[in-house]
Amino acid sequence: MFYPSSVDTQAVRPAWRVSDGGWWRLAALLIAVLVSIPVLMLLPAWLTPSSEVWRHLADTVLGELLRNTLVLLLGVGAGVLVLGVGLAWLTVMYEFPGRRIFEWALMLPLGIPAYVMAFVAVGLLDFSGPVQTALRAVFGQNGYWFPRIRSEGGVIGVMILALYPYVYMLARSAFLSQGRTLMEAGRSLGLSPRAAFVRIALPMARPAIAAGVALALMETLADFGAVTIFNYDTFTTAIYKAWFGLFNLGAAAQLSTLLLLFVAVALYAERHWRGQSRYYAAGKPVQGHRHRLTGLRATAACSFALSVLALAFFIPVGQLIFWLVSAGIEDLDAGYVEFVSHTVSLGLLAALITVAAAVLLAYVRKQWPGRLMRAVTRLATLGYALPGAVLAVGIMLAFTRLDRQVDVLVQTVFGVSTGLLLSSSVVALLFAYLVRFLAVAHGPVESALERIKPSLQQAARSLGASHRELLWRVYLPILRPGLLSAALLVFVEVMKELPATLLLRPFDWDTLAIRIFELTSEGEWQRAALPALTLVLVGLLPVIFLVRRSESEV
Amino acid sequence: MKQLHRLALGALLLGSLILIPTVQAAGTVVVYSARNEQLIKPLFDAYTKETGVKVKFVTGKEGPLLERLQAEGDKTPADMLITVDAGNLWQAAERGVLAKVNSKVLEENIPAHLRDPDGQWYGLSVRARTIVYNTKKVKPADLSAYEDLGNPKWKGRLCLRSSKKVYNQSLVAMMISRYGEPKTEAIVKSWIPNLATDVFSDDENLLDAMAAEQCDVGIVNSYYFGRLKKKHPEVPIGIFWPNQNENGVHVNISGAGITRHAKHSEAALKLLEWLSSDKAQNLFADSNMEFPANPKVKPNPLVASWGEFKHDTVNVSEAGKLQAKAVMLMDRAGYK
Repeated sequence: MFYPSSVDTQAVRPAWRVSDGGWWRLAALLIAVLVSIPVLMLLPAWLTPSSEVWRHLADTVLGELLRNTLVLLLGVGAGVLVLGVGLAWLTVMYEFPGRRIFEWALMLPLGIPAYVMAFVAVGLLDFSGPVQTALRAVFGQNGYWFPRIRSEGGVIGVMILALYPYVYMLARSAFLSQGRTLMEAGRSLGLSPRAAFVRIALPMARPAIAAGVALALMETLADFGAVTIFNYDTFTTAIYKAWFGLFNLGAAAQLSTLLLLFVAVALYAERHWRGQSRYYAAGKPVQGHRHRLTGLRATAACSFALSVLALAFFIPVGQLIFWLVSAGIEDLDAGYVEFVSHTVSLGLLAALITVAAAVLLAYVRKQWPGRLMRAVTRLATLGYALPGAVLAVGIMLAFTRLDRQVDVLVQTVFGVSTGLLLSSSVVALLFAYLVRFLAVAHGPVESALERIKPSLQQAARSLGASHRELLWRVYLPILRPGLLSAALLVFVEVMKELPATLLLRPFDWDTLAIRIFELTSEGEWQRAALPALTLVLVGLLPVIFLVRRSESEV
Repeated sequence: MKQLHRLALGALLLGSLILIPTVQAAGTVVVYSARNEQLIKPLFDAYTKETGVKVKFVTGKEGPLLERLQAEGDKTPADMLITVDAGNLWQAAERGVLAKVNSKVLEENIPAHLRDPDGQWYGLSVRARTIVYNTKKVKPADLSAYEDLGNPKWKGRLCLRSSKKVYNQSLVAMMISRYGEPKTEAIVKSWIPNLATDVFSDDENLLDAMAAEQCDVGIVNSYYFGRLKKKHPEVPIGIFWPNQNENGVHVNISGAGITRHAKHSEAALKLLEWLSSDKAQNLFADSNMEFPANPKVKPNPLVASWGEFKHDTVNVSEAGKLQAKAVMLMDRAGYK
């Protein structure tokens, strides 16, 4: 049922022989260390001082950048929390018109890259956009008031709309797995619906919600595309300025490590603050009765969900369709079969690998909660907060070094040159996705694993189950909804990923995201509508599949 | 769980298929390009059709692509690097990833100020970063030079693109090379209070804002203006060539160099020479409404209709040398 902080983790630690779990721990450690390599490769940058860059940044823009970054994080954090949790609660607990559609449709904005959403928002709402042009036609050049879109509020709003689905998705699966029996128990003990939500459902879903918010904020920190369109300078702007403007990759690497340090401290603080409390799900979730909303409340619920969906999905997609119509589909050629198949196969492979790694890491951490494992896991899941191009270069450098060593080795032993084997191969690309998106898979998996009662494992142990059997036959079936969300998130993220794909892809391995980039970087947004819409379509199908799946299972 | 087994097996098979290395044909040139696919592929296709030589290319962003080329060192598959902006070409030469090339053809086709003094890279197309104005609000006679955009008469009427774009960094770098840092900083500072709105993230937004009369004057690359005019000839925006009595309009290039460790350096040189020839120059420049780097080749009629102008003939590599200084200067001047 519902175990507060009293459960002693020591007491449930299994008494297997060390050799039994040794391989598991070794494998997990190995993966965690491998994934940490690109992050660790940033550290030697500190050996070369870049004091000129530092002094310059400190004297000029650093103060403003830090302030901007903090404001952006606070705004986006609060926004995705309210929107994500609110919508999840609404669709899980209540019945209202359109609920069955909203349930999956609210995840659709995941398929739209944040910078596309940003460009559409600025294009529509800026001074020269159609909205203000229409206003000018009616009220004259200065006869109306309109909020500035390229502003702090604008960038925060767009980021919230682009990123709330992380929180929505994770909170939703947490609420679903809680079932309603606990809530009903709380109600029967005299709690008001609101009190039951705040005191029972919310604390139980907290690990999942925290994981969702952390993902949204890490992506906010790493973002460069959307903030550039708003011309909103953040810490990441400084990283790219040091690299591309001042030609100082070392200083960019130094700044990046500081960014990661900040993220690590913030994540640690959240864990610490959450304390040692553990909440376990009540076994198989019970499909209770959804509370039916009527009248004004039903209308309010429906229009709230609808307006979020309209802003975050229908309007951007509508704009893309409009562009597609005006640009025509002459770009649509046989190449698109390849773009789609590359995009999908990379997404699927990366999802599989990343989720498997995440399960292994989370499982080992649950079974052997040691300091070392915890530290390495933290390090391994930081890659998501790193600006994409910095991470991509780190991985490219690691692989070229490895390739050159292999080449030298093979040359001395066999007398032939292997050239560069792995750098700019699909292997390097998949590794890059693993590094970048391990956090995306780890969040949902870990939070789902945390909800499993220790008694299950004790029962399995008493029946003599091995680790493989425990994981394969007990945990995985229970975790399946969580694993599917994790896989979907990684899949969609990989589809949208740009910097690593751009740098590490083999020859003739273009994807949809690459097409979008090539066209938009030359300002050809109308022609970019075709690959962007294809991306949304390809990303849409797994979302629908996933929700149908979780629907039928609950 | 059987499903999972099958899924994993499928993934493994797919993975091993991908790993099979591709064999490189003999008549091939391999290109790393920071110029986008839609602008270079038509050229390569034409070259293959004419000569039978295949061109393999991969596109990317300048910074990471350069790091890659450098890290790959003597093992790089790349024979040629194509990139945009002299700053990036200068940086590539500085890092030692390009080879010195002696070619009569290239020296004849490309003017001295549009190529590296050492012959490590050659400009292939030229773009002018120049002044545009709303023809309803401004007469060309009101305009004179980049410096003049700091004049109080333009208060609340100026549109600029972000200083984070390399085009503006090169413009300011060339000003530093001419005027020195203190004077350049004063000029850049004088632009800021004249801004009609926050700086834009790209030139196209800037032109849209000007068409909507949010501002009256601005600085853009000539090809953005060309593309806009090609699509909407009626837009009330004109192009102006500043600094005609002084050093001339700031121009920049897209260009290419042969890599130092090229495996097909002769084939690559042939391609580079072909790119500087009449036929390719037309294709190269027209695909993006730029000026051909080869002065014997006429630009596209629309581009030619903007008239002849004097452009800055200081070697464009100066922009690369001074880029970091320019970035810092703009930060100090409050140009975001």
